[in-house]
Amino acid sequence: MKPVNFDYERPATLQAALALLANEERIAKPVAGSQSLGPMLNLRLVQPELLVDITAIPELAAIREDKGVLVLGACVTHAALEDGGYPDPTRGVLAQVAAGIAYRAVRNRGTVGGSLAHADPAADWVSALIALGADVVVAGTSGRRIVPAKDFVVGVFETSLAPGELVAEIRIPGLSANARWGYAKICRKAGEFSHATGAVLADPARAFARAVIGAVSGPPIVVDDAKIAEQDPGEAWVAAQLAGTPLGDDAYQIRIHHVALKRAIAAASIQ
Amino acid sequence: MKNVALSVNGKKIAATVEPRTHLGDFLREQQLLTATHLGCEHGVCGACTVLLDGRPVRSCITLAVACEAGAVTTLEGLENDPVMAELREAFAAEHGLQCGFCTPGMLISARDLVLRKAGADDRAVRIEMSGNLCRCTGYRGIVRAIRRVLDARKKTKA
Repeated sequence: MKPVNFDYERPATLQAALALLANEERIAKPVAGSQSLGPMLNLRLVQPELLVDITAIPELAAIREDKGVLVLGACVTHAALEDGGYPDPTRGVLAQVAAGIAYRAVRNRGTVGGSLAHADPAADWVSALIALGADVVVAGTSGRRIVPAKDFVVGVFETSLAPGELVAEIRIPGLSANARWGYAKICRKAGEFSHATGAVLADPARAFARAVIGAVSGPPIVVDDAKIAEQDPGEAWVAAQLAGTPLGDDAYQIRIHHVALKRAIAAASIQ
Repeated sequence: MKNVALSVNGKKIAATVEPRTHLGDFLREQQLLTATHLGCEHGVCGACTVLLDGRPVRSCITLAVACEAGAVTTLEGLENDPVMAELREAFAAEHGLQCGFCTPGMLISARDLVLRKAGADDRAVRIEMSGNLCRCTGYRGIVRAIRRVLDARKKTKA
């Protein structure tokens, strides 16, 4: 349970970090809280030659509001979001999601950008940020680009990040006063990885209505439908969404994904 | 090898580490602080939990080199901590341990819970402690021990 030998740098600026990651002579991985990469290193599932620690870069640790949009630096921890005390146009949604991630000791180190870039289908932020209609600000040596979260996650542990790029910021649109949010996941033990995730946001004032079926065998399933937060679409509908995926023939998987979505819709309906 | 300067239990330390050395190995092998136990070494069991800048972290998936300028506190450093004194007594009184392997991590997490969530009911205690695995007690003694400390502190305050 020990990682392979690797080198380690902790640059103080984003430019320096990107320069290290752009150097193709060594296999380099960016790291923040190391709560997903750490286990993978210990299990030797990942064998990098260089880790670039991005937690000493001040701009990546900031939380700010920009015209009704909550802007999170990639290195903001789950615990910081759980504890609140920041301007929050999402009206507590992030704190609620963050509080359910793994365990406090993990939340104290794990980061929102790291979780998204890791793109574990079971990760809370993968489903929640897509459901919230968040944008991901990706930085590379040639500049920045903005990718909607739903296009950022393209598969299991797979994102649209190009080699040498990293997540710099996540931009989350604020929720209107009458917006309704619901989030639920199925875990057999508190804090373990989700087996099925459901997330729903209906924000009529912004003409935004989305349901996400997460913890599937690919990127989360996203359905934009104004009626989705109003009532349970039923198990057959969920089965149709999963059809053609590796989970599509599994009655148990269809059932738990339906239950997660149903619970999210129920939570959204009582606000 | 990389240099790292940090404090451990209040003592300033300048050390040289392999970047791959995790904080748990650094504490046990280089600082000879063996109260911190390593169980699963991939962030699941919680036995290796220590405080970094006052917050619980899993030392097996925290690199020592990443603790530059940080303040690490292990169970040894909490010998005279008042909350830890209450927890030690309560764990003994309520059979909160048997083999003791998970206990250092349990105590660090329990102390954080007592300080952060004074009003926790038993369900909240179980959820908050769910990141620390115990193979002996079935958790009832651990929950009772934490309950005892929470209740006693509530009475003192009232």
